Amino acid sequence: MDMSQTNSDFAGVQQPEQDIAVSVRGVSKNYGAVEALKDMSLEFPRGQLTSLLGPSGCGKTTLLKIIGGLLKPDSGEIVVNGKPVVGPGPNRAFVFQDFALLPWANVLRNVAFGLELRGVAKSEREDKAAKYIKDVGLAGFEQAYPHELSGGMRQRVGLARALSVDSKVLLLDEPFSAVDEQTRRKFQEDLLSLVANENKTFIFVTHSIEEAVYVSDQIAILLPRPSRVSEIIRPSSFRLKGAENIRRDPEYLDIVDEIWASLRNYVE
Amino acid sequence: MWIRGYKLPAMSSLLVWGLLWEVVGQLGMTFFIPPLSDVFVTLFEIIGTPAFLKALSETAQAFCAGVFFSVAIGIPVGILMGRSRLLDELLLPWVNIFVSAPLTALVPVLMVLFGFGMKSIIITTTLFGIWIIILNTRAGVRQINRSLVEMATSFGASPMDAFLKVYFWAALPEILGGVRIGVIRAVKGVIIGQLLISIVGFGALFELYASNFLMSHFWAVLIVLFTLAFSISEFLGYLEKKVAYYAASR
Repeated sequence: MDMSQTNSDFAGVQQPEQDIAVSVRGVSKNYGAVEALKDMSLEFPRGQLTSLLGPSGCGKTTLLKIIGGLLKPDSGEIVVNGKPVVGPGPNRAFVFQDFALLPWANVLRNVAFGLELRGVAKSEREDKAAKYIKDVGLAGFEQAYPHELSGGMRQRVGLARALSVDSKVLLLDEPFSAVDEQTRRKFQEDLLSLVANENKTFIFVTHSIEEAVYVSDQIAILLPRPSRVSEIIRPSSFRLKGAENIRRDPEYLDIVDEIWASLRNYVE
Repeated sequence: MWIRGYKLPAMSSLLVWGLLWEVVGQLGMTFFIPPLSDVFVTLFEIIGTPAFLKALSETAQAFCAGVFFSVAIGIPVGILMGRSRLLDELLLPWVNIFVSAPLTALVPVLMVLFGFGMKSIIITTTLFGIWIIILNTRAGVRQINRSLVEMATSFGASPMDAFLKVYFWAALPEILGGVRIGVIRAVKGVIIGQLLISIVGFGALFELYASNFLMSHFWAVLIVLFTLAFSISEFLGYLEKKVAYYAASR
């Protein structure tokens, strides 16, 4: 992936007035007596990557599933591109932590499965799937089955499936937590260029502070008991310096420290 | 099993038991056990006779129809029970009662309800096979990875699509296990039906041979029946192995 390309594109989206793709307005969700989310409001700028970061139990995955329409909020609403969310819809696509691939289907069918469920004809969806399989770097593995692939490759299949339905909003639920460290770094770099090139809005749940600061245009820190957005951080300068320089940029290091300082009290 | 570095083929122990049978038969210890060689001679004598072929086709028809209904009703009901809490609460007690009930005791009731013909035999066969298929399918569906269900939902799967393209395949290893046991039970069902309801098919042959003390005939038919049941079970076991590769990774 060409990183200088990434940088110039990132320069293009650094505008003061942001266009909002997804809004969360006063959302509450209880599981029995447990308050998973309480009156949460948050906005996600179009074309950018926003991370939901917080200790376990802060409701970040619950919020993502509510945005995805997989869970219904008890109160409040989600608005995606001006339309309220009533359930899952073609304007959002999900990437799952454990990949959620069909083990009995090969890579081609798995990637095309989102399109298959939307009733796209076989030849058309397979053409499209083949293109995204190539884009995520899995060309040549179209006929392989998930159990023949490594964890990282399986998640590339999951990513290709989400990309191939061409939704404007991509929801990623701790997508790299089940892959090894080196693969994860490669994924993070690829994600930066994806954000730069795809013109989609990314909502990214993670529990890794470094990962969140590395990939995000905006980081929402969520705290538990009661669940709330405690802080929104927008890194400003290090995006322009190239992916290989981010991890030693002073601002990057400061933000990582700052986030850890505010989260450490909540970690048992 | 290995003997001196040589691998014995599966079920070689049957040879030992067959030999024992032959010896007991040759010694003439009881009329009930004729020599195995006589049984096989009788087997080849009767296997082409019209009476045998008629019995075979009658039994096969009832058996196939019974298995068809067990599978065609059992699998969808099992999937629905696995997916719907309400249906599960409603049906599970009945399924659990019937899977362990002595179904033979029900056969007279079936005769009263459905008469003395093929219909009652098929229903008996179905009743023997269906419950374990429902239970296994239900268990298979209940252990489907939750994110697979969420994946189908998030990409907008209709209930029918989710049913046919995800739940069925995800539960397939358990479903096949259930069908295998169900089929074995259905063999029991069809023979009991043919003995108790109307004397047709293999049931009639057993009745005829046993009451006339034609023991080598009796054993010959029994061997045919066992072989058929065993082959079907092994074939389903083979299919089960083919999908086992993903049973661990769902």
